[in-house]
Amino acid sequence: MSGKPKLHYFNGRGRMEPIRWLLAAAGVEFEESYLEKKEDLTKLQKDGSLLFQQVPMVEMDGMKLVQTRAIANYIATKYNLYGKDLKERALIDMYVEGMFDLNELLMAYGYQPADKKEQHFANMIDKATNRYFPVFEKVLKDHGKDFLVGNQLSRADVQLLEILLMAEEFKADILARFPLLQSFKARISNIPTIKKFLQPGSQRKPPVREEDVAKVIKIFY
Amino acid sequence: MAGKPKLHYTKGRGKMESIRWLLAAAGVEFEEEFIETKEDLEKLRNDGVLLFQQVPMVEIDGMRMVQTRAILSYIAAKYNLYGKDLKERAWIDMYVEGTTDLMGMIMYLPFQPADTKEKNLALIIERATTRYFPVYEKALKDHGQDYLVGNKLSWADVHLLEAILMAEECKPDVLFAFPLLQAFKGRISNIPTIKKFLQPGSQRKPPTDDKMVAVVRKIFNI
Repeated sequence: MSGKPKLHYFNGRGRMEPIRWLLAAAGVEFEESYLEKKEDLTKLQKDGSLLFQQVPMVEMDGMKLVQTRAIANYIATKYNLYGKDLKERALIDMYVEGMFDLNELLMAYGYQPADKKEQHFANMIDKATNRYFPVFEKVLKDHGKDFLVGNQLSRADVQLLEILLMAEEFKADILARFPLLQSFKARISNIPTIKKFLQPGSQRKPPVREEDVAKVIKIFY
Repeated sequence: MAGKPKLHYTKGRGKMESIRWLLAAAGVEFEEEFIETKEDLEKLRNDGVLLFQQVPMVEIDGMRMVQTRAILSYIAAKYNLYGKDLKERAWIDMYVEGTTDLMGMIMYLPFQPADTKEKNLALIIERATTRYFPVYEKALKDHGQDYLVGNKLSWADVHLLEAILMAEECKPDVLFAFPLLQAFKGRISNIPTIKKFLQPGSQRKPPTDDKMVAVVRKIFNI
C-alpha cells in the first residue's frame, strides 16, 4: 500500500484535471486507475466505491472522496492552498467558481455535435475574453502582487494557470489583451512543482481528441 | 445601514433559494432587492457590482459575494454549519454536492420544453430515489444520529431538507421507501429557525410557475 492518493477516472482531462493540477502543484505524488470501458465504471459502482455512482473519485486519507469540488476543497485545505482566513477563502472560492464555469464551457467543446461546434466555440471565446479574463487581469492590476489572493500561492492561481493554458490551446493569442495574465502565466509556470507538471511525461493529460470522444461517451452513457 | 446581508436576485427560487435557507437556518435576518426586469440586471452590471456579470450576489460583511457555492461556503463557515475539522468538511461538501445536483435538475424542470417535461420529471424521481436519497438514508442508518455529519446541525442537513421538500413537490410520496429520511424531515423541520422559515410569510419562495418562467426568460435572455 503506497499511501499515495489514487485517482479513478478515464485517461483524459474532464473533471479530474483540476485535481491533478492541484495535487501536482502541492508536490503530492499520486496514482491513477483508468476507466477504459463501461464495465470498469460498473465495477466501481457495484463495489460501493462511488457515493453517487459517479467519478471523479479519489482515494485518500482513508476516504473515497467524490464530487470534484469536495475533492479540490479537501486537497487545497490540507496543503495550505486555500488562504489564511475566511475572507481569503471567500475570494478564492469566488474566483475558482468562475474558473469552473469557464472550464465547463471549454471542456464541453470537444463533445459538441459538428453543427453546434462553431457557435459553442464563439461563445466560449467570448466568455473567456469578455467575462472571465478581464476580472483576473483587474485583480492582479489592482493589488500589483504576484498571486491572486493573499500574496501567496493558492488554488486560485493553480486553477487560473490551468484555464489560461487550456484557452490558449483553442486560440493561441487569446491573452493578447491581457499583459498581466501573460506574466502571471510565465511566473506560475515557473514554480518548480508546476514546471515539473508541465513537462512531457508528467501526469497532465492532453486535450481530448475527436477519436476519443466516442470512447468516453460509451463509458458514461 | 442595516448591516444585514442583502440578496440580489429575482423573486424566484433559482440559485438563491439555498442561500435563503442557510441564512434562515442560521437565524440571520437578511434583506432582498429583487430584479424584476432586464433593466434591473443591466443596472447591476453597469454599476460594476457583479464580478462575473451574474447573480446571485449577496452583500455581506463588506463584500459583494457572487457564485452560489462561494456564498454558501462563507455563510456555513461563519455560522458554524461546516463541521469541526477537515474530514467533516469533506463529508459535508460531498453531501451538499449531491443535493446540489439533484436540486439543479428540479430547478431547470419548469424551463424545459413541454414535450420533454414528463421524461425529465421521471429522471428526477429516478435519480432522487435510486442515486441520492439512498445515500442519505444509509448515512443516517449507519451512525444512527440525528444529523448527517458530526452529530450536529450542518449545512448538509439544511440542504438535504430543502432537497427533500423540493422533491416532494414533484412527487408527494417520493420518501415512501426512506423511513429515516421521513424522520429526519420531521426533526429538522422542527428546529425553531427552520420552522419559522417554513411558515407562510417567510422569505422562502414558492415553486416556479409559468409566469415566473416568463419573467426569468426575459431578464436573463434565455
